[in-house]
Amino acid sequence: MMDRVILAGFGGQGVMFLGKVLAYAGMGADLELCWIPSYGPEMRGGTANCSVILSDEEIYSHVIDYADAAIVLNKPAYDKFAPKIKPGGVLVVNSSLAKLDKVREDITIIQIPATDIANEIGNSSIANMVCLGALLPTMKLVDLQKIEKAMNELTGKKRPQLLETNLNAINRGMEFIQE
Amino acid sequence: MEKVLMKGNEIIGEAAIRSGCKLFFGYPITPSTEVVEYLSKHLPPKGGTVLQAEDEIGAINMCYGAACTGSRVLTASSSPGVSLKQEGISYSAAVELPMVIVNVNRCGPGLGGLGPAQSDYFQSVKGGGHGDYRLIVLAPSTAQELYDFTMQGFDLADQYRNPVLILTDGFLGQTMEPVVLKERPEPPKVDRSWVVDGAKGREKRILASYSLTNEIGEDNNLRWEKKYKNIQEKEQQWEEFHTEDAEYLLVSYGTTGRICKSTVLNARKKGIKLGLIRPITLWPYPEKAFIPYKDKVKGIVTVELNTGQMIEDVKLAVECKMPVHLYRRQGGMLPNEHEILDYVEDIFSLTAVEEV
Repeated sequence: MMDRVILAGFGGQGVMFLGKVLAYAGMGADLELCWIPSYGPEMRGGTANCSVILSDEEIYSHVIDYADAAIVLNKPAYDKFAPKIKPGGVLVVNSSLAKLDKVREDITIIQIPATDIANEIGNSSIANMVCLGALLPTMKLVDLQKIEKAMNELTGKKRPQLLETNLNAINRGMEFIQE
Repeated sequence: MEKVLMKGNEIIGEAAIRSGCKLFFGYPITPSTEVVEYLSKHLPPKGGTVLQAEDEIGAINMCYGAACTGSRVLTASSSPGVSLKQEGISYSAAVELPMVIVNVNRCGPGLGGLGPAQSDYFQSVKGGGHGDYRLIVLAPSTAQELYDFTMQGFDLADQYRNPVLILTDGFLGQTMEPVVLKERPEPPKVDRSWVVDGAKGREKRILASYSLTNEIGEDNNLRWEKKYKNIQEKEQQWEEFHTEDAEYLLVSYGTTGRICKSTVLNARKKGIKLGLIRPITLWPYPEKAFIPYKDKVKGIVTVELNTGQMIEDVKLAVECKMPVHLYRRQGGMLPNEHEILDYVEDIFSLTAVEEV
């Protein structure tokens, strides 16, 4: 089994961190994994993306041509990565910042006003975690428990107050899906 | 054993520390900079020294000096920086100095770009500097191998008194993967009677590469040649993947070597008997790997990130007994597993193979 996930948005939206949360969740579950940042000259305010591969067997090729899932936090990221989802895959879109003109019929698109929900919680920078909550139920190899453990490792020691905010955001994302 | 999640470049630094390397000299260059960044934080607390030299030429000559004293020493750079180091590498090979040099290959020629490339294959294995010398060249394809081969590199360097090159790329360097921090293997027993560490109470030793007469020059060349032949005999390393019954072979190393494993599995699902030989030592080239397949397989495709460099060594290894083709991407681009298989099917006219 394999989860190949693309994460994309503006620099500053916590795209790399989102990837690291997934990667550490994989570490905690003793999975094989790769965390791959986009690499090259980038400008401030430009787009950022990274990919995470989680697998319960050895990962050979770590070049992602088509992903199982993606989280896109703005419109440019949607335009760039919507075509990169394999048919039947899942795309979580931050609809606060991406109004969709055309949509693919062969994938599941979850539109969630993540920035608005983040603002309600009182921290505009955790739209990334709201989206993660929305994606989590469809992932094959990680669940909330593993994410919590990873989050604890990543922020627990340095900034314990952020831990609760992040987990709260993930829960709001999960609730949104259930509604 | 401890398992960590780290970037490939960082894991090179960690492996060096755990190999007992106490000295790093270098000059930062993307996409290799995380090696010096990691070491500058983690090596001094272990009693080591990290020094950013004035340039790459300074750095490699500092490595030369440090190696003369018998200390384990590392430098890391990327293609244009490694070009600058070539004179010092040639001198180090001539004086037979153990050291580990990391080349995080970026694309070229010239300044090039930051993307993954294998365009420095010739430079690495055919003698990038002047004179007839060889480096032992190791080509990792995962973060774990970056760790393992860096450790092995220090041991091989000591064992053969020869510089060792780790040839990697920025894609491996930037990717984070789990790595098991294995214990350092038992270091080889090595002769230290050449080390320059103070001549008080003994005859002085001179480490220099100048040969005053042609006769001395030839003696030196013969001695080095004998050493290189010995390394060729003993140190060829490679991995085979689904080769037992293979009718066609891929040959590829490093990043593309692991991509090719996915190609092999996809081909097998379609009933195509494809295998992979993944060279681990690029010098000595693993010619022995090809012996069982020389008269058996119908054709070979080398997969490279250059205009076709390793393909020459493959043709020599199989004595041109079968067609050897090249599939390549360049300029920092990577192939995916599907386009490699498309090429294999096309070039060997395998499209009619029955789906299983």
